[in-house]
Amino acid sequence: MRNKETLIQDQEPELSVNLGGLIMNNPVAVASGTFGYGREYEDYVDISSIGAIIVKGTTLTPRPGNPGPRIVETPAGMLNSIGLENPGIDVFLNEHLPYLQEHRCTVIANIAGNTVEEYAELAARIEGHRGVGAIELNISCPNVKQGGLQFGTDPELVFQVVNAVKKNSTLPVIPKLSPNVTDIVSIARAAQAGGADALSMINTLMGMAVDIKNRKPLLGNIFGGLSGPAIKPVALRMIYQVYREVKLPILGGGGIMNLNDALEFMMVGASAVSVGTGIFVHPRLAVDIAEGLKEWMQQNNISQLSEIVGVATH
Amino acid sequence: MPFVEQGLVVRHNQVSRDMWELEFIAPAIAPEALPGQFVHIRSALGINPLLRRPLSLYDVDKKLGSITLLYKIVGTGTNLLTRIKTKEYVDVMGPLGKGFSLPPKGKRVVLIGGGVGIAPLVYLARVLSDRGYQVKVLHGVESRRQLVAFDKMRQIGVDFMPSTMDGSAGFKGLVTELLQKKINPSEVDYIYTCGPEIMMAAVADYARERAIEGELSMEEYMACGVGACLGCARKLKTDDESYVKICKDGPVFPLGAVELLG
Ligand SMILES: Cc1cc2nc3c(=O)[nH]c(=O)nc-3n(C[C@H](O)[C@H](O)[C@H](O)COP(=O)(O)OP(=O)(O)OC[C@H]3O[C@@H](n4cnc5c(N)ncnc54)[C@H](O)[C@@H]3O)c2cc1C
Ligand SMILES: Cc1cc2nc3c(=O)[nH]c(=O)nc-3n(C[C@H](O)[C@H](O)[C@H](O)COP(=O)(O)O)c2cc1C
Ligand code: FES
Repeated sequence: MRNKETLIQDQEPELSVNLGGLIMNNPVAVASGTFGYGREYEDYVDISSIGAIIVKGTTLTPRPGNPGPRIVETPAGMLNSIGLENPGIDVFLNEHLPYLQEHRCTVIANIAGNTVEEYAELAARIEGHRGVGAIELNISCPNVKQGGLQFGTDPELVFQVVNAVKKNSTLPVIPKLSPNVTDIVSIARAAQAGGADALSMINTLMGMAVDIKNRKPLLGNIFGGLSGPAIKPVALRMIYQVYREVKLPILGGGGIMNLNDALEFMMVGASAVSVGTGIFVHPRLAVDIAEGLKEWMQQNNISQLSEIVGVATH
Repeated sequence: MPFVEQGLVVRHNQVSRDMWELEFIAPAIAPEALPGQFVHIRSALGINPLLRRPLSLYDVDKKLGSITLLYKIVGTGTNLLTRIKTKEYVDVMGPLGKGFSLPPKGKRVVLIGGGVGIAPLVYLARVLSDRGYQVKVLHGVESRRQLVAFDKMRQIGVDFMPSTMDGSAGFKGLVTELLQKKINPSEVDYIYTCGPEIMMAAVADYARERAIEGELSMEEYMACGVGACLGCARKLKTDDESYVKICKDGPVFPLGAVELLG
């Protein structure tokens, strides 16, 4: 009995990862906009055991969001046009962050701005607040008419935003790349040149759906971001491309529904993964995958995740 | 506290051309379930359809620990749901949302349901009746065969008044006409309603004109069901600055709080 226990302990695989300076206890995060501020899921899962909680995208001032319908289900996925509804950075820092800190969660703030200056200002406001472990830059939200898209599709703007945020922050900065581009590698390079510590990819793919009965677009905002299993092959392809060209750790996600999906992401180069839409189906998905991953590593005699990250790209 | 659990299906039968009743054992959810709340259910395993579907608590048997749902087939999810057999399990999350509140003791209440909108009103009727309220239930449908809650209402022992468009049972015409013509407003202290928005709008007008208070239950497409995704947002009044979340702030709201799309 005792022997067996020591044996298992000896083989205990190492799940923690260092994502560009952010230490995560396990490599499975929950994606921005799908887990609120953590509290929403406290009844279903021990939120402190999640690798990292990437909170809802935050802007400088409150945003009411888009008119409905805001979501529609599509084959193996969903479209959303939430329109970045959020109470603004001050409410996030004063009302939501303390709760997450109390629960000892690993928190990644997600910020979105309409100008380079706004991104810089957001980073400055976060600076010095304990409880934020890293900043994810939403340069790819396809929903907001004025900001979002332009930043993530233009390498020069990506460079400027990342650079401006880095100047105002001592935290790891993780730009979240938009898949709505022709050449993802050039965007990733620009982010690296700007000083990014890691990359998050991918955000949603822009799409739409039509209401045949009423002969008009289904979403109030016409276009929305596609997420869920439908985008997984696109996400894998882009991470593969970027991993081979850019030497930054990658937080990979897009349609992850189970352990096997997560392993695919790691094998094309993701050091850590995020689950989003999958949470709506399985609120415990992040911790379930982390636990499954540990077992899988034991079964496959893998002690470090680095042994599998990128193995499918060689 | 809400839970995700695998409910053992003990009964699943078709009750009209396009409506089914599904009863399952949910030992964690049932004891906490309040009228007007809902469960978020997976209609099939796999990724098509991907998301859960919100369905109201139609009836709850606290002794048995069972929950009964009443659903109408409208699309992929509800179609697939019909395939689940007794002794199989359904993946349910709940109880979710803010349910109906109970009026002060002694108030005479009227429940008005349209079509499958009767679903949350049955469990509500049971709870109200158990607590000694005088309850009248009006149910509007197309035809007699859709009066699926008839037996339950009789068993609960409420005053049940149906209306049918074809006159095959009860009052002939709209349930709101039944309300206007056959109910003495001086005998109504509180109204609960659920059904098509156009019907609830007429009920809300009726209540406002007579200064009767009440509550209604709203619908919106949902993803998370717990207030995390902001997908089910809606402005209660056209001029409101901000949105409410139907899943978390509702689905039940005061009658006067909502401008309905009548
Ligand atoms: C709180 C709550 C309680 C409910 N309780 C009950 C109940 O007790 N019984 C019951 O029968 N139903 C109830 N409903 C409604 C029920 O959830 C839906 O009928 C069900 O989800 C439909 O699923 P489906 O897959 O069958 O249909 P879907 O295939 O999802 O959709 C049906 C139709 O709606 C269209 N549609 C899909 N998405 C959108 C969108 N975003 N905007 C506009 N149209 C869209 C589709 O094209 C299709 O024509 C409730 C809803 C809510 C919110
Ligand atoms: C309802 C919803 C809201 C989202 N909100 C944000 C957001 O505020 N900021 C952001 O960077 N990404 C947002 N996303 C994108 C997700 O974080 C994630 O990148 C994307 O959904 C792909 O992952 P998934 O397929 O696992 O959901 C949102 C996604 C959904 C479905
Ligand atoms: S369904 Fe997600 S917030 Fe209501």
